[in-house]
Amino acid sequence: MTNPRGRFGIFGGQYIPETLMNAVTELEKAYDTYKDDPAFNAELTELLNEYGGRPSRLYYARRMTEDLGGAKVYLKREDLNHTGAHKINNVLGQALLAKKMGKTRLIAETGAGQHGVATATAAALFGMECVIFMGKEDTIRQALNVYRMKLLGAQVVPVTTGTGTLKDACSAAFREWKNRISDTHYCLGSVMGPHPFPTIVRDFQAVISKEIKEQMLEKEGRLPDAVLACVGGGSNAIGSFYNFIEDEGVQLIGCEAAGRGVNTAQTAATIATGRLGIFHGMKSYFCQNEYGQIAPVYSISAGLDYPGIGPEHAYLHDIGRAKYVPVTDEEAVDAFEYLARTEGIIPAIESAHAVAYARKIVPGMGKDKIVVITISGRGDKDCAAIARYRGEDIYE
Amino acid sequence: MSKTIADAFAGGKAFIPFITCGDPSLEVTEQLVYAMEEAGADLIELGIPFSDPTAEGPVIMEADERALSGGATTDLIFDMVCRIRKKTDIPMVFMTYANVVFSYGTERFCQKSQEAGIQGLILPDVPFEEKEDFDGACRSHGMDLISMIAPTSEERIAMIASQARGFLYIVSSLGVTGTRQKITTDIPSMVRLVRENTSIPCAVGFGISGPEQARIMADASDGAIVGSAIVKLCARYGRDCVPYVKDFVREMKDAIRQDL
Repeated sequence: MTNPRGRFGIFGGQYIPETLMNAVTELEKAYDTYKDDPAFNAELTELLNEYGGRPSRLYYARRMTEDLGGAKVYLKREDLNHTGAHKINNVLGQALLAKKMGKTRLIAETGAGQHGVATATAAALFGMECVIFMGKEDTIRQALNVYRMKLLGAQVVPVTTGTGTLKDACSAAFREWKNRISDTHYCLGSVMGPHPFPTIVRDFQAVISKEIKEQMLEKEGRLPDAVLACVGGGSNAIGSFYNFIEDEGVQLIGCEAAGRGVNTAQTAATIATGRLGIFHGMKSYFCQNEYGQIAPVYSISAGLDYPGIGPEHAYLHDIGRAKYVPVTDEEAVDAFEYLARTEGIIPAIESAHAVAYARKIVPGMGKDKIVVITISGRGDKDCAAIARYRGEDIYE
Repeated sequence: MSKTIADAFAGGKAFIPFITCGDPSLEVTEQLVYAMEEAGADLIELGIPFSDPTAEGPVIMEADERALSGGATTDLIFDMVCRIRKKTDIPMVFMTYANVVFSYGTERFCQKSQEAGIQGLILPDVPFEEKEDFDGACRSHGMDLISMIAPTSEERIAMIASQARGFLYIVSSLGVTGTRQKITTDIPSMVRLVRENTSIPCAVGFGISGPEQARIMADASDGAIVGSAIVKLCARYGRDCVPYVKDFVREMKDAIRQDL
């Protein structure tokens, strides 16, 4: 799906300072060398399975299915991976690649902290130095993950510029990479940024849809009718969609964070409210004002609180292959509680956005239909914040 | 008819100051341009503020925040440049980020820039590989898209220099903008590679904090670009910054003058 120079239709590209051009070129060359290398892939598969806990389960959610009274609901349990989210899939791949490139230091941005924790974990495993950039606001919302990263030996840098959230953490990581390139790999956490990141991250996350396909064929003997995933930058969504793109009968639905609603300024729903722009290395859709100033977006979910969306999602939206829908904070929190009570599974508040949209569409679908929801991460990290949202004054 | 970028380099080593438009106000920015020209500036780099300037260090980031919260917009900046152009023929270039131009409409942005009397455009997040759309629009409106080379450019220097227009911006150091104690990059060998591939002038920027550094950088090239050191004065003195900036620019220009 990637054109030369990393374009998905008109989206993507390499809009970065000259200082970083040789670094991304070096990364692209290394990736091209290793992506089809049997030894590299054997090593990565071993890591994903034995260390990461793959394959993750495709779980038939019987109680949720009965309660909603429509399509059969399956949950792709990325929350069961080591470190509690899909982020580890990409991080193990990139860390291994970085090691092959002779890099000894990993830097990364993080929103909810899941990617930061995964990167810190891989750095510990590979004996690499690790620095994580996290918006100051998010270090407060996700204090537990900050502690986890430190426990794993990473340095956590709170970012106070701008809105003190994911986009600012990302800018800070780019600035740091520009400052120190020779020994450092920027382990970008989503399908965004300059080429080759959107392609590399997608390929490492595509294991999700590869497994869903195999598991679904085994359990049901056919493909699902719809696959739902939450979208910030879009890594778990593209991972969930990728191997179904050619299967036209499978509806692909990305659930964006609408925050307090797409008609308010407090939203992070990029497809619903953004327009075409160039930022963080890529041409894609961004929430911005009339002069192209990036909007201070908002969502209860620190992991979806990003003003842009990965270029391949922008492309899938443009060609009509995937559909992107906004889900509000309130709907996501309801779904967070719903899945806990109905299935005994506490999803990440990010993943709860996909659960929320499933609750809207599943009842209207026939009982012969099948829906897969990717539970991208576990919700332990969110419990204190959700309790506060519900007015319970608890702190970690 | 205003002077060209080439004119800025015609009288010896060029001094190129950078300021962020609207920091602390567009009225002060206008006064700064006149004062810097009087103090000997050869070309003025005008920053259009961006919300998330990923190539900038804290000094210019904060200037962008001040300018945006003070109400500076691309349209108001065009109006200001039109006013300035009526009073001076000093060459001026815009420095901003790709999205500011793209979101305004690249063609429309370049047309308005030309009408305002701007000679060039610097976009730090548009490398050689992505320059086509911006370069085309600049050319059709009589402007030069300024190319940059960095300490990491190495074998890319020949490719970039051979297509560079106006002047070539040599980024002195890794990292973001901001003053530095020392510049360790081997600037003379970068300049040598540049000279082998183009006849346009080149100037060094990023990290120049004072007259001595400016002199060394200008000696090695055709000029010195100074941003953060000036923007620091704007931050410190606010509305009263004009005389301080003027003195600083005079000191810098005097330091790089060859005949001294």
